[in-house]
Amino acid sequence: MTIVVVMEQVPDVVEELAIAPSGTDLDRDAVSYVVNEYDDHALEEALLLAEATGDEVVAVGIDTTGELDQALYTALAKGARRAIKLTGDFEGTWLSTRAAARLLVPVIQELEPRLVLTGVQAPDDLDGQLAPTLAALLGWPHASVVIGSQLVDGAVQVRKELWGGMTMTLELELPAVLGVQAARQAPRYVPISRVRQVMREASIETRDVETPGDLAPAIMRLRFPEEAGQAEILTGSASEIADRIIELLRARGLL
Amino acid sequence: MAQRIAVLVEHLEGQPTDVTFELLGLARRIANTNGAPVEALLFGQGVRHLAETIPADRVVLVEDPRLRYLTPEATAVTLAALLRADPPRLALIPNTSLGMDVAAWVAAALDWPLIAYCEGLEARDGQLVATAQLFGGKILADVRIDDRPTVISALAGAFAADAMQPEPPGTIERRDPPSELAALHTRSVVLERPEAADVDITRAEKIVAVGRGIESKDNLELAEQLAQALGAVLAASRPLVDAGWLPRSRQVGKSGLKVKPKLYFALGISGAPEHLEGMKDAELIIAVNKDPKAPIFSVADYGVVADLFEVAEALLERLEG
Repeated sequence: MTIVVVMEQVPDVVEELAIAPSGTDLDRDAVSYVVNEYDDHALEEALLLAEATGDEVVAVGIDTTGELDQALYTALAKGARRAIKLTGDFEGTWLSTRAAARLLVPVIQELEPRLVLTGVQAPDDLDGQLAPTLAALLGWPHASVVIGSQLVDGAVQVRKELWGGMTMTLELELPAVLGVQAARQAPRYVPISRVRQVMREASIETRDVETPGDLAPAIMRLRFPEEAGQAEILTGSASEIADRIIELLRARGLL
Repeated sequence: MAQRIAVLVEHLEGQPTDVTFELLGLARRIANTNGAPVEALLFGQGVRHLAETIPADRVVLVEDPRLRYLTPEATAVTLAALLRADPPRLALIPNTSLGMDVAAWVAAALDWPLIAYCEGLEARDGQLVATAQLFGGKILADVRIDDRPTVISALAGAFAADAMQPEPPGTIERRDPPSELAALHTRSVVLERPEAADVDITRAEKIVAVGRGIESKDNLELAEQLAQALGAVLAASRPLVDAGWLPRSRQVGKSGLKVKPKLYFALGISGAPEHLEGMKDAELIIAVNKDPKAPIFSVADYGVVADLFEVAEALLERLEG
């Protein structure tokens, strides 16, 4: 049986971001892309599930960056059995969640998985998270903020994190969609030599898909948060800064 | 389409959550601009008494055993059925663990627009404009809300609760559970409280919190030493907990714990919105991060743009020397 993992590449928010002259998108030339960290957790959780059951993990992604191959080969190197890349006239565009979900649904239906896993959220999912959107379009039960899962008799048992360490355990009939916050264990590491080997031995299936009409979210403008309430920046050498911090703490009776 | 503003009441263990009142406050402010009614949507089992505490013009109450917990599927199908039957101008849903399951599902099922991660919402020249936090809180997006009914998934802590004393609702309207509840694919539900923790970070006066910038598990020792020297407890942002470096009881943020210590010393935490939600009310926030644009500096009182290890070591030297 099949478990689908949907993987997306997103701008690396650790890097400095710039806004394009249009004001409605990031300056994509200045962006470096990484796999959405939550998708990495979704892949790990899928691999753990599959290792317990013998399911086949299929990694699926929409190539909006022209760089998705690397992510999919890495997924194959980690243990995914197949990788499918959707290509179309959307490279370099900001694909809305709804548009992405509409592209993914036919592929998912064709694969007939018993589970679909993806990251709980993405840095750019302005029109909502992918997992519940997919679930609505597929008509399957779902849960987000998943921190652990287990396949049991015709169902998947998931732990969903609420807040304050409180969790809700749900049993969803299959097929189901999970938005993964964190896999049961940290995503596995795979050496680059192994990825290279996979690149020689395995191949990514490519599907050219029709571009949906409504691609991007309706943004008026992007802006940086106001500087108001900005911290007072302490400068100097590390030891000068340490002195200043200790002074601050003493002044407030915290030392 | 009516002009009314609908708000999903989030509640857990018999209590509406804080964000519910924040969204009701927001709904009231928007409604005041055009005289529209505020409608609270309360789902559950045995929750009639909660309706009395909800400050709204109307509370729509749906009670059913299958809504005892606000599970993703049961809540979403109930909400979608109500909204479909009588679309409001806006449906406000908290962007919490429970709300996230519902907002995107309902919007997709109804084919309505959705604006997620909303931290601002106002009427400008008769137009509603929402502001969403994107890219880890580094970018804000202003989005014009068009004439269609729209779902807004709003961040907890972003909006003030109604300053007015909560008044009893004008009316409480009980509705029948929708037929969709008869065909749920969710079986059993169990709520679990966290395991007893070694340290209760919500009660700590001083916290040293570490994030991704700490780079490796081995470096936690330095942070732990610094915490000890300051008389603080060690906490962390989510990635470190997900990596298994520290237990969940040490996690600060939206899915972790909300803390309000006298000192929050953040080392290598960039300050994703989910993290800020859990610590921005600390009395004194000092943040060390290499990236001068890290969002943590927007809530910190004092910031240091530097290598956290150098600063931590210099501090340790003084505190221990």
